[in-house]
Amino acid sequence: MNIKREEQDNVVLMQIKEERLDAHNADELKQELGRLFEAGRTNVVVDLKEVRFIDSSGLGALVSGFKNASARQADLKLSGMQSQVRSMFELTRLHRVFDIYTTMDEALASF
Amino acid sequence: MKNEIDIRIKVPNQTRYLSLIGRIGEDLALQLEGFKGDREDLANQLNVVLTEAMVNAIRHANAADPDKQVDIRITIGDNELLLQVFDQGQGFDLNSIQDPDFNDEELLETGGRGIYIMRALMDSVVYRKIPGGNVLEIRKRL
Repeated sequence: MNIKREEQDNVVLMQIKEERLDAHNADELKQELGRLFEAGRTNVVVDLKEVRFIDSSGLGALVSGFKNASARQADLKLSGMQSQVRSMFELTRLHRVFDIYTTMDEALASF
Repeated sequence: MKNEIDIRIKVPNQTRYLSLIGRIGEDLALQLEGFKGDREDLANQLNVVLTEAMVNAIRHANAADPDKQVDIRITIGDNELLLQVFDQGQGFDLNSIQDPDFNDEELLETGGRGIYIMRALMDSVVYRKIPGGNVLEIRKRL
């Protein structure tokens, strides 16, 4: 899975460079988030600007990251959701769980 | 003129083919003649539902055996769309899978959203035994 990783002001920015976040690649994202939190990172943004499609496995990987973060007093925030992705968060009520920002800069400024 | 479409696809039991199958569903929705609803919505719904149904067959029915196959049939008539996903496995009890009630604990489950998503986006979801395996049948009125 193609993820562009940057750091700014002690925040890890992960831009998902994939059109789909589904059962084929979701596990890689889950592992990557797990590694970040295990390494002690506390502020992480996953930017979904380029993701046009998400399925239940993609949602599950983000939930796994969220739980991992919460257990370590860390934060996982999301940004850049396209409308189809947003509608999947609403259908599964996960928009109530995550801090969701319109742009990566807004997410960055929120820490 | 009858607008009947009947597509059958057979792919290996592997998640690398999810995007291919999802895209076929999407393209079908965008090109469907005489459909009066929101095409973009239908396209996304078919993409999601075909993906979830195929993952279900790969992981739960065919037990992630890459040598097995998933058969998919998409039938579109004037009033109804039928998606059938055939597997060659032991199957599972669809009726035992309850819809979530979205309390705080269930919201944070990492799995178990696939069946709910299919039920929420389509009109009916049925899973039944057939000779040599099972079929997941998903219907939506058009």
